[in-house]
Order: sequence, then structure tokens, then C-alpha cells
Amino acid sequence: MSTFVAITISGLALGSVYFLIASGLSLIYGLMDVLNFAHGIFLTLGAYAGFDLASRMSAAADPAGFLLTAAVAAACGAVIAAMTELVLIRPLYGRPVSQILVTIGLDVALVGLLLGIYGSNARVITVPAWLTGVTSLGSERIPNGDFVALGTGAAVLAALGWFLRRTRYGIIIRAGAENRDMVRALGINVGRAFTLVFTIGGAAAGLAGLLNSVVFNGGLVDPSQGDQLLIFAFIVVVIGGLGSLAGSAVAAVLVGLVQVYVSFYAGTSAGLAQLGNVSVVLVLAIVLLARPGGLLGRTA
Amino acid sequence: MTCADTLAIEAAGLRADIGGSHILQGVDLQVPVGGVTALLGRNGVGKTTTLRALLGLQPASGTIRVLGHDVAGWPVHRIVRLGIGYVPEDRDVFTRLTVRENLRLAETGRQARYEQVYDLFPELQQRSGQLAGTLSGGQQQMLAIGRVLLHERPLLLVDEPTKGLAPLYVSEVIDALERIAATCTILLVEQNVHVVRKLARQVVVLDHGSVVHSGPVGELTEHDVRRLLGVSGPA
Amino acid sequence: MSSLLGSDQPAAERHEAGTRAALARLGRRLAGAGPAGTRRGGGRIGVIVTGCVLAILAVLPLVTLQIPWILPGPVDVLNSAGTLEVLGLCFVFAGVAAGFDLLIGFTGLLSFGQVLYFATGVYVLDAALSVWHWALLPAAALTMAVGGVLAVLLGSISLKARGIAFAMVTLAFAQAGYYLIEDNPHGLTGGDSGLVMSTSRLPAFLVGVASTRSLYWLTLAFLVAAYGITWLATESVTGQVFLAIRESERRTEVLGLRPFPFKLASFVISSLIATAGGMVYLLLVGTAAPDAVASTTVTVSILVMVVLGGLGTRWGAVIGAIVYVYLQQYLLKIAAEPSFATLPAVLRVPLSQPDFLLGAIFIAFILFAPGGIAGLARRWWPARS
Repeated sequence: MSTFVAITISGLALGSVYFLIASGLSLIYGLMDVLNFAHGIFLTLGAYAGFDLASRMSAAADPAGFLLTAAVAAACGAVIAAMTELVLIRPLYGRPVSQILVTIGLDVALVGLLLGIYGSNARVITVPAWLTGVTSLGSERIPNGDFVALGTGAAVLAALGWFLRRTRYGIIIRAGAENRDMVRALGINVGRAFTLVFTIGGAAAGLAGLLNSVVFNGGLVDPSQGDQLLIFAFIVVVIGGLGSLAGSAVAAVLVGLVQVYVSFYAGTSAGLAQLGNVSVVLVLAIVLLARPGGLLGRTA
Repeated sequence: MTCADTLAIEAAGLRADIGGSHILQGVDLQVPVGGVTALLGRNGVGKTTTLRALLGLQPASGTIRVLGHDVAGWPVHRIVRLGIGYVPEDRDVFTRLTVRENLRLAETGRQARYEQVYDLFPELQQRSGQLAGTLSGGQQQMLAIGRVLLHERPLLLVDEPTKGLAPLYVSEVIDALERIAATCTILLVEQNVHVVRKLARQVVVLDHGSVVHSGPVGELTEHDVRRLLGVSGPA
Repeated sequence: MSSLLGSDQPAAERHEAGTRAALARLGRRLAGAGPAGTRRGGGRIGVIVTGCVLAILAVLPLVTLQIPWILPGPVDVLNSAGTLEVLGLCFVFAGVAAGFDLLIGFTGLLSFGQVLYFATGVYVLDAALSVWHWALLPAAALTMAVGGVLAVLLGSISLKARGIAFAMVTLAFAQAGYYLIEDNPHGLTGGDSGLVMSTSRLPAFLVGVASTRSLYWLTLAFLVAAYGITWLATESVTGQVFLAIRESERRTEVLGLRPFPFKLASFVISSLIATAGGMVYLLLVGTAAPDAVASTTVTVSILVMVVLGGLGTRWGAVIGAIVYVYLQQYLLKIAAEPSFATLPAVLRVPLSQPDFLLGAIFIAFILFAPGGIAGLARRWWPARS
């Protein structure tokens, strides 16, 4: 039984990482009708920023140092995201397909650049000792990293929820997701909201990239990790319903748990190692057949 | 606005295309300051498009002067900030926001006149926390009007506010507009001639994308109404 | 030109404009008024130019000409093995890109998963030849059948979703395919290390040193066939329905047509072309590896090719693919040269990764020339189309 609990926590932790990525994608798509393929790059760059900082800091191993690394990762993602919106997305206003394609182009170009600079071999972040440690829960030992991921996911969910409900820009974003023109007709400059959602999404993605490297990847950072995660994040967003933050949260948990349960209980024999991943796709297919708009999605 | 500007809106040669159709084919429009100017016309002649073009929501060519400024090519929010309130044809309230949030969105940073709005539309205060999507048509219309009243705006563009409303709400809206018109300029799109006769000072009639009649409402005869609008008597 | 990428008019307007035009054409066709002759049909000049280019390409392997600098192979001779292989690769992807353009450029269905069918073509043929040791023709037939069944099945499911969700579903299915390949079920795919094609049952002209020319001509034939099918599909009445669907499904329904069978048809045709392309690819390259044929990187590459060339223009996709693959291979060749390592890092790093340059070029096109190469050509030679 406690194995089940341990696996569940692991799945929730994975789901948290997915949520961090999916939340940004969902907000951006909801407000701007843009599917941001460059999100994977925000992820990867956040991880690399963390790697860079951690390799320079000797104090990276203690909680304060790690917090700083996390902050830098988030900040890096935020900055790159904001620049992407200002330089590439803005000029393409009114051409949503072009905007999507330009994010694809950016992803391709920057992954290529990273490969050129860092090579395809993974770099290693020194993972703080306390993160690799375990906490005992009953007879199971749960990696501390799981708790960190879980905690971060929950914190970001709460923060985003507060932001969207209580702040003016949060209301603008929610209104804009419904009817951008009317928001403009109220005298509000929606462009600022665009940059804001990109920045928020980028920050969350940068954080996710760092967490993923440190908690799930054994401290490895490589240029293509962003794209791998991005596909799962997309699946989460579609299952949850495009444009719905709550949907992303629910779907992220669902996908994380499915992946972990299937991998653990079925994926030990040869030829089934990827079953966990495949079953996520199956969930997607089932959800879409039953509810084409996703679990909590808006219609169209 | 200079002293010489007695026109709240002055548009000339307004042309707009939607998908290959020439909706507006050279609209010349003058809206004097103060009172209600009504924009009449059958369905599809371009009344809503004209309003949207004035606001920059619809790309259009021609000269557009609003509240003393040349606004052609301006972004929408900049035009609106000159002091324009827009009540669109389908109300366009944000259904997933509450009534309170809808109103809050319309605040511009200066002191908002919630008291006056609630005084005019007490139901909005009662239903403050209700999701706008669950309001009835009439209540949504009140919200749509209420939010442009939060601040004093010299110009209101109002698009068919009585369309599809129960008679009780129709008279409430007409009363509200009457009170508002005392202190600002309203360009009112309407198909209901009865409403127009009650509220408007000036009338502009559109047909096939251009202006075919313009003058004081008193001069609009029943014959004109039948000829230009194809309706007889109050709608 | 492509309404998907847009021009100066806002989306809604062009939507309406395109709808009217497409539906008008469709209306004429349905009324039996004969082919309306779209702009893309190309004038007589287009046919002549195409014929000349094809003729040149066909005799290329027979021309031993030394051309410095621009050839992509290690030897600077026009009909060297290296050049022919690269050109063959160009043609394969050009054909696949043309089929992809049918789906996204003409029918307006943004699919991120066509690589799945390409991979099917590669891996099923490979497994049949190398694991079961079938002869070529039966193996090819099996491959096409599998591709077709898969396309109908997965297409039907995917098309339940609209717009972006559809794109994501196709992406997910393709990714699932990638995972399955990596898993190496029953030893059929070779997993991560790939599966080398066994040539034991291939006809002689496709094996060995002399095969370079035969393979080149095979790829060229594939390109011509793929382009021909795409051309037929788009010029027919069905093609007009594709266009109408791209502009507005709702209005297509108003005309009394159900969009779904047409969307599925477009999907299946495009997928079958990709499957066939996969087969030719395998014969050309001789080995199957998941990262080269099944990853989403490949999908993205094909998408870039089509957009670069110009969505919805058929020949644009072909040009885009040839330019893309050629440039990619050429850059790889340069990066392998000994003198390359002496370049300063600021030049060396970007150039060593073709993706970076290609991505940057792609971005530049989207920002400044959304019609792609075809769009640019149209601007410079308006009389041509």
C-alpha cells in the first residue's frame, strides 16, 4: 500500500512539472490564440541558466542557493519569453498561424544554437544533497525532490489563481481570453497583457526546466529536453481543454499519474518500456472521442 | 476640443470592405455635440460597421475626426481613451466574469461613479457577484450600458440597445439613455423608429453603404420612413 | 497568397474573401461548367519550364561535370555518388512535402503527425525485408496497406478534434509511434540503434555500386508521382472542396457537403504519399533510425519545407524541400571540412548546426515573406501566374 502512495506522490510530482509548463501554454493560447512551440526553449534555457549559475556558485547545494538558482531559472525563462513576444509575436498580430509557425522556427533555431554551443551531451548540475535525500513515509522512502516539485506546482497554481482572480491584469487576461476586441473597446491596451502572459509562462517554464533536470533527470541538462517535455505539456493542455487553467491542472495530475502507474505496474518487460508514454496518448484519444473540447475546455 | 468643434464626430468618405464586399461605400457623417443622433437603416446596410470603423475595430479608409482628433489608423484603445463609451450590438459582456468584475474592467483609474450606475440600474448592485453569463438579456444590456457610465464620457456609441429585449427592459433602457443624453453626445444605431423619435435630435439614414438622408428628427416623415427603411409605423 | 499565413488584411476579411472565391469555383464546377482553371494551374510557361527542369534532372546522372563549391557531396563532380544521394534525398522529401501541402496548404488541416506515416513506410518495409525476408513487391504492398489502414483509423479519430486540438492529437499519435519504435517490439524495429535494411531480396539494380543512379531515378519518379497525385487531387472537384473546407467548414456544409469524408480523403492521400516516400527513403539510405525518420523533428522539418516554399502552391513545397535538404546537407559537408575548424567561434558555432540557420531563415520568411519562395516568385514575376 505504501508503495502505491510513493508512486502516487511521484506521479503528482511529475504532474506538477507538467502543470508548470501547461499553465503558461494555456494562458497564452487562451488570450492570444497562439500555440507557443518556443515554450520548450524557455524550459531548456531555464535549466541551462540554472546549470550555469550552479556551476559558478559553490553554495548552490544549500536551500538558499537552490532557491536562487530557481529564481534565476524562472527569470531567464521570463526574459526570453518576453523578448519572443515583443520581437516575433507582436509584428505578426492578426496572423495566428504565422505566430505559431514563428515559434516553431524559434524553437528549431535555438535548439540548434544550443547544440552548437553545448554539444548534444548532457551537462550536469550539481544537485543539492538534501534534494536527493529521502524522507520516510511509513515504510516507503520518498525522494525529497518529489516534495519540492509538488510544492512548487501547488504554489504556482495558487499564485496564478490569485493573480487571475484578484488583480486587474488577471481580470484583463480572463476577459481578453473571451473577447479581445471588447477589452480594447474599454480603452485597455491588450498588448501589455500579451507580453505579460508570455512572461508568466516563460517564468513557469524556466522553473519547470530546472526542476525537471534536478528532480527527474538526475541533474542532467541537454538541449532537447525542452521539446520532449513540451509534447507532454501539449497533451496535457489538450486533455484539460485549451484555454482552461483549471483543466490544465486536472489534466496534468491525470497524465502524471497515468504515466507513473502504467510504467511501474506494467513496464518492466521488454518491449513495454515506453508503455507509460503510449498510454498517455491513449488517454488523449479517449478524452477527445468523448469530449472533443477537452475535459474543461471552452467550445472552439 | 477647440471652440470651433461643434461636431463630436466628423467622417468623410468612409469606405470599408469585409471579405470582398464593399460594406461602406463613402459614408459622410456629421454628429453634432450634445443629444442623440440616430443612425437608421435596414439590416446589413453598414450601421454597425460604421460604428466599428469610427472606433478602429474595423479597418476603413477615409477621414475620421472624433472629439477633435484625427483618429484614422490609431489603435482602438487610444481612440477609446479620448472619452468614448461603446455599447455593442450583442452587448459583449464578459460572460465568465462577474458583474462586479465587468464593471471593474471599465474603470479608467479616475474615480468611478458606481453610485450613479447602481442608482440607474439597481439590479446590477444586487447581482454584483453573479456571473455575467447567467444574466438575462435585459440585465446584460444594463451591464453593457452601466459600464460605459462609470466615468463621464463625452461620446457614446450605442448599437441597437433595445434589440431582443422584453418591453419592460426596453422602456428602462430608453429612460436611461434619455437621462444620459442630457450630458453627452450619443450616436445611436437603431431600427426601432419609435425609439428614435423619442430620443433623437438628429437622424442619419444609411442605405447600401452610404448616407441617403440626414436632418432633424422632426423632419423625418412617415413617408420617408417607409421609403428609406421599408417599415411602416413603430417597429 | 495562402490565406493561412495571411497578408495585410485581417483574418476575418480574408476568410470571407477566400470563402466566396472558393465556393464560387465549387459552385461552377458542381454546375458542370468544367474546370475553372485556377491560378495555380500554371500557364503554358509553367508547363514548359517544369518539363525542361525535369529533363535536366533526368539526365543529370549521365553528366560528368566538375563544378566547384556548390555541390553537396564530398566530390565536386555533378554526377558523383554523393551529389546523387543528396539530390535523391531532396526529391524524397519534396514528394512528401507536396503531399503534406495537400493537407495543410489546400485543406487547411494543420497536422503535426505526418511523420508517423513516413516512419511507417520506412519501418514496415524494413521489417518485411530484413526481418521476414520478403521480396520487394509484396513488402511494398504490405507497407502501403498498413499505411493506408493506419491513416484511415487514426485520421478518423484525430479529425474528431478541430483546429489546434487536431494538430495536437496528430502530434501525440506521431510521438506514440516514436515510442513504439524505440521499444523495439519483437525485435522489429531495432529500437534506438535502428534497423539496417537487408538487401538480400532486392532486385539487382537497387543494390550495390551501380544502384546510385537507379535510386536517383527512383526518387525522381516518386517526386513526379507524388506531385502528379497532388496536382490531380487539387485540380479536381474534390480539390475545390478541399479549398472550400480550408476557408470555412460551416459554409461547405451549407452547400450540402459533409466535410468529414473530404478531410479524411485529404488526410489519407497525404499519408499514403508519406508512406511511399518512407519506402523510397529506406531504399535510398539503407537504414532506419528513429531519430531520423520518426521524431517530431522530422515533422517540423517538413512543415518548415512547405512553409518556406509557400503553402498551398504545390510546386512551392517541392522547391522548399529541395532548398531545405540541399542546404542542410551542404552545411553538414562544410562543417566536416578540415578548414572549418579554423573559423572563429562566432561563425563556426551557428554554421555547424544547420538547424540554427534554417530556423533563422524560416523566421525571416514568416516575418517578411509569408508566401514563401513561391510568394516571392509571384511578386517578381506577376505575369507568370
